[in-house]
Amino acid sequence: MKITLKVWRQKSKDAKGEFKTYPLDHVSQDMSFLEMFDVLNNDLVRKGEDPVAFDHDCREGICGMCSMYINGRPHGPLQTTTCQLHMRTFKDGETITVEPWRAKAFPIIKDLVVDRTSFERIQQAGGYISVNTGGVPDANEIPIPKIDADKAFDAAACIGCGACVAACKNASAMLFVSAKVSQLALLPQGQPERKTRVENMVAQMDAEDFGACTNTLACEAECPKGISVTNIARMNREYFSAKASSENA
Amino acid sequence: MNWFTNFFSSTLGRKLMMALTGLFLILFLAVHLAGNLQLLKSDGGRAFNVYAHFMTHNPLIVTISVVNFAFIAIHIIWAAILTRRNRAARGPVGYAVTNNSSSLTSRNMGILGTLILVFIVIHLRSFWYETHFGNIPLVDYDGSPVKDLFTVVDVAYTQLWFVVLYVVSMAIVGFHLYHGFGSAFQTLGLNHVKYNPAIRFIGVAFSIVVPVLFALIPILMFLDITIG
Ligand code: HEM
Ligand code: FES
Repeated sequence: MKITLKVWRQKSKDAKGEFKTYPLDHVSQDMSFLEMFDVLNNDLVRKGEDPVAFDHDCREGICGMCSMYINGRPHGPLQTTTCQLHMRTFKDGETITVEPWRAKAFPIIKDLVVDRTSFERIQQAGGYISVNTGGVPDANEIPIPKIDADKAFDAAACIGCGACVAACKNASAMLFVSAKVSQLALLPQGQPERKTRVENMVAQMDAEDFGACTNTLACEAECPKGISVTNIARMNREYFSAKASSENA
Repeated sequence: MNWFTNFFSSTLGRKLMMALTGLFLILFLAVHLAGNLQLLKSDGGRAFNVYAHFMTHNPLIVTISVVNFAFIAIHIIWAAILTRRNRAARGPVGYAVTNNSSSLTSRNMGILGTLILVFIVIHLRSFWYETHFGNIPLVDYDGSPVKDLFTVVDVAYTQLWFVVLYVVSMAIVGFHLYHGFGSAFQTLGLNHVKYNPAIRFIGVAFSIVVPVLFALIPILMFLDITIG
């Protein structure tokens, strides 16, 4: 199939970027979107041009690296990661516009690659649990209601890809942060830091200049892992009750 | 910063203020509507005038009305602060193509709110200002004189453009609430399988029924139709 790619090219963080158009005429329907970019980059290297920089790692839909804003949606038209998106989703002859994630908290490094260390700093602010040294505890030693385990597991499915931020008109990170807060707040192992965790992670989220949620639910609709906005409500509850009752005056 | 100011300057603290003031304004709308429906009574405006006199003289109601003004101000100022922050969060360059997966109302709360503000200013100038600072003739009901606000309203609604303004503005309020009602509960953290269907139903019903009833008042008064 033939397609025309309009790709955002930007040399470095502060350089001025622009769209470049690349016609491709030997794209297979079975290629993943990233493989299609590999073909493009091969052509560019052969012609002596600079290949398009894009993030990727596992290509299995589990690492969350493959950030591309395709035709106005994070990871393109399907609710999946870019590496799991195939060219058969597009029409022959289609023009496909590919942009980087756009957020003040995700500055562009080069072309389609953005710096998502703001997510890491939020995690470092509280997205962990205390683990005592000593013998390994028996599996299933701590009873956990099945429903809580399931909810925690669903929240833990978040791969930190940043599609929620990219999709949100406010570039809000609430879905990501709420998934990380929920995952640990729901489990007994997460209790020791329960209040400080949500206080510190929200403070870090604000410090990174992410926007505030207006409940448009675009994040949930675009999340490749189906993280639910019920997590956002849970984080709000956790935050309000932590602020009201923690000793952190 | 102490914990208190720290909380209220966080994004979640600010959103909490938006939700609480928004819900209070929703409650206010319901009460305001109940009072105004008396305009439609075929008693020459007596019930409405007596009610309006009570609302402007009862110390408790007067206090609540001051709180109401303060909440409107907070709702608007906090909306402006949050909206500015949200715009800036996109970064220096926006998207060339967007294909939204969210609802139109949810994306335009700021615009809808600004239009409501324009309406509120005109509305207050027309009726609130007149009530307090205008020259309104008195009517005598069983020996107690009260301001004849009914006639002020009745005269105002003989102008077609004024009726149209009210009808359009109520539609805008309806759209603001269509998203806002449920959104406020989500912001408060009240999202629960048992109660979500009720919140959704009441939100949709409220955002349709209340604006429609509000809009009916100028329409029926323009057409000189009274009820009961
Ligand atoms: C009749 C008057 C009004 C009522 C009943 C009302 C009600 C509400 C409610 C319930 C919300 C949802 C809060 C939340 O999501 O947590 C909301 C949000 C909002 N309102 Fe209003 N509002 C009114 C007037 C205004 C005005 C005059 C403005 C602006 C000038 C405004 C701007 C906004 C904005 C920008 C939001 C979105 C904020 C957010 O979701 O975080 N509103 N409103
Ligand atoms: S490359 Fe790992 S999720 Fe796409």
